[in-house]
Amino acid sequence: MSILIDEKTPILVQGITGDKGSFHAREMIDYGSNVVAGVTPGKGGHTHHGVPVFNTVKEAVKQTGAQASITFVAPAFCADAIMEAADAGIRLICSITDGIPAQDMMRVKRYFLRFPKDRRPMMVGPNCAGIISPSKAMLGIMPGHIYSKGPVGLISRSGTLGYEAASQLKELGLGISTSVGIGGDPINGSSFLDHLVLFDKDPETKAVLLIGEIGGPQEAEAAAWIKENFSKPVIGFVAGLTAPKGRRMGHAGAIISASGDSAAEKTEIMKSFGLTVAPSPAEFGSTVAKVLKGG
Amino acid sequence: MDVHEYQAKEILASHGVAVPPGTVAFSPDQAVYAATELGGSHWVVKAQIHAGARGKAGGVRLCRTYHEVQQAARDLLGKRLVTTQTGPEGKPVQRVYIELADPFDRELYLGFVLDRKLERVRVIASKHGGMDIEEIAKNTPDELLQVIVEPAVGLLPFQARELAFQLGLNIKQVSRAVQTIMGAYRAFRDNDATMLEINPLVITKDDKVLALDAKMSFDDNALFRRRNIVDMNDPSQSDPREAQAAEHSLNYIGLDGEIGCIVNGAGLAMATMDMIKHAGGNPANFLDVGGGASPDRVATAFRLVLSDRRVKVVLVNIFAGINRCDWVAQGVVDAVRAERIEDVPLVVRLAGTNVEAGRKIIQESGIAIITADTLADAANKAVAAFKSIK
Repeated sequence: MSILIDEKTPILVQGITGDKGSFHAREMIDYGSNVVAGVTPGKGGHTHHGVPVFNTVKEAVKQTGAQASITFVAPAFCADAIMEAADAGIRLICSITDGIPAQDMMRVKRYFLRFPKDRRPMMVGPNCAGIISPSKAMLGIMPGHIYSKGPVGLISRSGTLGYEAASQLKELGLGISTSVGIGGDPINGSSFLDHLVLFDKDPETKAVLLIGEIGGPQEAEAAAWIKENFSKPVIGFVAGLTAPKGRRMGHAGAIISASGDSAAEKTEIMKSFGLTVAPSPAEFGSTVAKVLKGG
Repeated sequence: MDVHEYQAKEILASHGVAVPPGTVAFSPDQAVYAATELGGSHWVVKAQIHAGARGKAGGVRLCRTYHEVQQAARDLLGKRLVTTQTGPEGKPVQRVYIELADPFDRELYLGFVLDRKLERVRVIASKHGGMDIEEIAKNTPDELLQVIVEPAVGLLPFQARELAFQLGLNIKQVSRAVQTIMGAYRAFRDNDATMLEINPLVITKDDKVLALDAKMSFDDNALFRRRNIVDMNDPSQSDPREAQAAEHSLNYIGLDGEIGCIVNGAGLAMATMDMIKHAGGNPANFLDVGGGASPDRVATAFRLVLSDRRVKVVLVNIFAGINRCDWVAQGVVDAVRAERIEDVPLVVRLAGTNVEAGRKIIQESGIAIITADTLADAANKAVAAFKSIK
């Protein structure tokens, strides 16, 4: 098993005819993802990469039964695209877009609350690399070949640091059940915690690697939950030990402002809740290997 | 993006928040003229920089005569003001704000922030204004008044009224405070602010409610729809290298180490800095070249990193997803040739998409590039290269 997506998940690509959307739709199809539809307003009726294109998400869902969507939509229009997908009944929305205004994301999150809990969409991102269940399906922009299938669940805020972890694991002959990039923005669709809940129920996942960054409360929140509720070993890491206080480090989310936001503080919090912390970003793979052997 | 106090007050005033009469000045003569225009008998001359704690650093002067106004402006303009929030290098003072000084009775605190945990706007108020909010939170946490804004309806007048009564204001002051709180909220919302702080918010003897100081920061991601805010940008307040980087949409932050970093992705960039520290070195900068690292962008990144004289070694770490290693490698080779940086040891680690093609370009270039296979290997080699120079 895996979480969120597998080879059967019917996928819709919002913005499929744009440069990036087109390129990554091709990559996803080549990886084996079940891409069933594309949406570009005004391009309805065409086909792209052999996939039917629709004007609206509602139409695409009605015709193809798409359940998951990935948005390649410019920042100014992306919140609208996400809410359109939610309204059409899409249950998993992955947003790659970097640069969505925080107030737009606030509106998106508030909009999701109109759905009862059991029908509320799960959103991954924005500003993320997406989701991959190795050798099954890819809903994202990652280089698929660096991931091999295996027992480790991976949740990372950063895309490229997630790649780093995946390649270290592969090097040691370890693989991944599902890798989720939750994105670097201050307000994101889902947190570490949302995915830990899913990994807990996934029998294929034997351990979880959780890679955080400076800024925000989500790493500490996840660590506290793990201690009380999570049955599998968790390996943690927080990037940004050398980051100066009060500075924005690329990701809008990666800013140290409140107390408890720095990498050192979050690392301490992780340790205090019983997580194994990787000593450096070069030791993701070896730390996971050690924990899996010991457990 | 940050703005100056006088600009924040302009925004607030346009949303119905009362502020003391004031004028910005770029020279001592303009400052005196501003004071004569404003009238009155007492003025405050305030250094305009993108940082707080100006009062304690001598950046705010109370003046009783035009001569004192001129003297204060002369003292401040053209200097670098060092406060507890600027870092040791300080910030250049190129503008002063001349404000009519009115006596006041009470100093309050009013702030708006984007609460990441609740994913809502949080309004914070306190009876104890005029000092650092972190001090207020530490010393009198129970007296910190807080209200959470429901995004579907925005801040409601009853919430502002509750705050005003809890601040212990009389009925006349309450209606003015409600106008201030609602106006400040609209200024925050309608300009995509991420932070707004009025500290102090003062109550004058004649029951006026005035924003005596104001700070605002804005969401960089929303600037595309806030041209009015973009126009307020003052590049003199940011590190020149950071301003230059921003022009090329590169993310650069200068630090004080000796190993320059060029990395794709913010998370990997931070991890690379951490790894250099772990290996016993010090990173000179944070630099994220982003997803589309074309040869041109890589060359710009090199110029930026090398403009820091402390940089003795450059480490390039690219894990290509959207990027392609062959592009990046070509960019590195072109930059080394164009910028003539053969004397600076260069460590390059490439991984991910088209990695073999990338490595081949580097090998065949004939340039003395130290290649590394892993993150640890790259950091160790960069630190070793630096130590061998010493």
